[in-house]
Amino acid sequence: MSSFWSAWIIVLTIACLIVCFVLLTWNLKNHVGVPENETTGHEFDGITEINNPLPKWWTIMFYATFAWSVFYFAAYPGLGSWQGLFGWTSSNQGIKSLAESKAAVEARKAAGVPSQLDSEYMVANETFDKEFAKYTSRSVEELAKDTDALQVGQRLFLQNCSQCHGSDARGQKGFPNLSDNDWLYGGTVDKLKETIIHGRKAAMPAWGDALGAQGVKEMTAYVLSLSGRKVNDKDAAAGQMKFAMCAACHGMDGKGSLAHGLPFGAPNLTDKVWLYGGSSEAVEQTLTAGRNGVMPAFGERLGEDKIHVIVAYVYSLSQNQKAE
Amino acid sequence: MSQTKSLNVDYNYTVVRLFALTTVLWGIVGMSVGVLIAAQLYWPALNFDTAWLTYSRLRPLHTNAVIFAFGTSALFATSYYVVQRTCQVRLFAEKLAMFTFVGWQVVILAAAITLPMGISQSKEYAELEWPIDILITVVWVCYAIVFFGTLIKRTTSHIYVANWFYGGFIITVAALHIVNSMVIPVSLTKSYSIYAGAVDAMVQWWYGHNAVGFLLTAGFLGMMYYFVPKQAGRPVYSYRLSVVHFWALIALYIWAGPHHLHYTALPDWTQSVGMAMSVILFVPSWGGMINGIMTLSGAWHKLKTDPILRFLIVSLSFYGMSTFEGPMMAIKSVNALSHYTDWTVGHVHSGALGWVAMVSIGAMYHLIPAVFAHGRMYSVKLVNTHFWLHTIGVVLYIVAMWISGIMQGMMWRAVNADGTLTYSFVQSLEASYPYYLMRFIGGCFVVTGMLVMAYNVIQTVRAQKGTLQPIAEAA
Repeated sequence: MSSFWSAWIIVLTIACLIVCFVLLTWNLKNHVGVPENETTGHEFDGITEINNPLPKWWTIMFYATFAWSVFYFAAYPGLGSWQGLFGWTSSNQGIKSLAESKAAVEARKAAGVPSQLDSEYMVANETFDKEFAKYTSRSVEELAKDTDALQVGQRLFLQNCSQCHGSDARGQKGFPNLSDNDWLYGGTVDKLKETIIHGRKAAMPAWGDALGAQGVKEMTAYVLSLSGRKVNDKDAAAGQMKFAMCAACHGMDGKGSLAHGLPFGAPNLTDKVWLYGGSSEAVEQTLTAGRNGVMPAFGERLGEDKIHVIVAYVYSLSQNQKAE
Repeated sequence: MSQTKSLNVDYNYTVVRLFALTTVLWGIVGMSVGVLIAAQLYWPALNFDTAWLTYSRLRPLHTNAVIFAFGTSALFATSYYVVQRTCQVRLFAEKLAMFTFVGWQVVILAAAITLPMGISQSKEYAELEWPIDILITVVWVCYAIVFFGTLIKRTTSHIYVANWFYGGFIITVAALHIVNSMVIPVSLTKSYSIYAGAVDAMVQWWYGHNAVGFLLTAGFLGMMYYFVPKQAGRPVYSYRLSVVHFWALIALYIWAGPHHLHYTALPDWTQSVGMAMSVILFVPSWGGMINGIMTLSGAWHKLKTDPILRFLIVSLSFYGMSTFEGPMMAIKSVNALSHYTDWTVGHVHSGALGWVAMVSIGAMYHLIPAVFAHGRMYSVKLVNTHFWLHTIGVVLYIVAMWISGIMQGMMWRAVNADGTLTYSFVQSLEASYPYYLMRFIGGCFVVTGMLVMAYNVIQTVRAQKGTLQPIAEAA
């Protein structure tokens, strides 16, 4: 804040308070021109006004709030660029990048005046980190059988994951079901961890221009035939001729990248699981416009200890599935 | 009381009558939409999968209808009535006054059409798109010309306190509306704010909170300062108190907006200034309540027999309650609990239904017989029925939202031993359901009361001249 604007704020704020203070104090004495407790002598449509003094308890309350405001403006940032006596700030102000933010957090910690946000984080980490740390020494497979660990994992899941994957982890259109043991990037402990820590970006290109409307229709027929659906055989045969362009990711057999040990996250087209819908309209839409699924990276946000417990929870869901 | 003097002046009551009747009409419409969206929160199927019936479109329709159609019509009606009677002159520029009526109704109809269509600036209480904003500006400038013109040609030596409040409200609302509505239009139905980011948010809440401060508080205090002493037949308690609380109120209110943006991207200094001014504001706000309620000293017994006075005095109690609650909620640490919960909704409605609606309804019950040349309303008993329906409805509403709001705040911050949240958002929503039903029932009471009022008003307007004589006052 420039010193001009700082002064502008300080002058206006203090002037406003002084005007109110003077107004109140001036009116404690009778300047109306008629004795107290009598009418002012004016009449408006039959209404008169009495020159009663200001109620004492009200006046005291007014002065009390003024006194409090003096303390408050001295103690906390409010008057322009004045930082306040305690150096309090809700969060680091005027930050424009992650690097600036990290530098500001460290600088304030070093100076012994972390922002309210940072000190709340520090307290939370100190109190709760040990709750998660006690699980890190144990394997995910082991935790997946520990009801206490699973409860913690489920709570973390409900807070961080359920918005997209659903409270029951069964997903919704565009967001995979995590309980069915059908995986895009792999359901092993290592792969799950990798997905949560680093996130995933799927890229199904748009083929509308390359295939044309008729081409999209034919390809849809072929794709649907892969999972045993009844389709127009002529269209499907025409689609199959061009399937090589899809095979780079989905494989020549259409079983998806994971079946071929590839990391693209291209779904298996031969099963009945459809991330974006399995109607011919939905598949046509996918082919025409492409799909760009994004799983955000949670590594920075949650830290590895918490992710370890979440992985145990997610892993346990599909283990149950196998047992059934 | 010396009524004789005022009878000599031939006042323009035509525009007052029109605005008074539309106050009742838009009150019913606006509050019914409120009840519908309250029902939708309990029975989501009530949007019938129809875009223009969804909560998102009807909610701004509700707020615009109650604030700008119901509330502002009441302000137009009473300010035109009060300024004439307390200045002892006929309205200045009467054709312009009539234009403000027609213009304002066009604004309301345009709002009622465009908001359900989804045409919106997405600014709370300022959703209307730029062509309607321009019409509002034109009408408002005409309103100012009529009001201040009448003040200038007054025959009384001084300006009565009610007119200070009306005047402050008219000038400030003009400034707020023009500054907040600055946009760059891209088509007839779409525009973009000239402000960006945190500045846009701050301008919006500078407007939003002062719509509360100047329209819903200062304007209605003007109403209070005429109708309370008039209905009670008592002098205003303290002239000096009215001077101090008027100037302190308008000086402090204009700063209070940032308390809507605590713990956001708004700079700390702005939040602090907004909070401090909001806390101090509590005292001058109460000045108005004290002056209104103390005006009744020596006439308390009238509350037993006069339901109109009951409306007015209970409205002041709700005013006092809301203006205590508001500054408390503006304190950052309280706000950390209350913000984004139903507590805010409850606070707004204790102000809107308790203060604004009750003082307006009381004023209308006083004003409507007067401008239609009757001695009283068609049925004083029905006024009393309305009073109880409304009071029960408001109390149900506020209590439901207090419980629901504080519960939500507590649930959102509850953590387990491992630091994870105890409740998911959906669980807090489930827990709120019974209170949403209670709120809906409260709303039904209020709307029923308004329908009773409509019947009473129609019977009063249609009554033969001289059949409605004032009831002799008990000694």
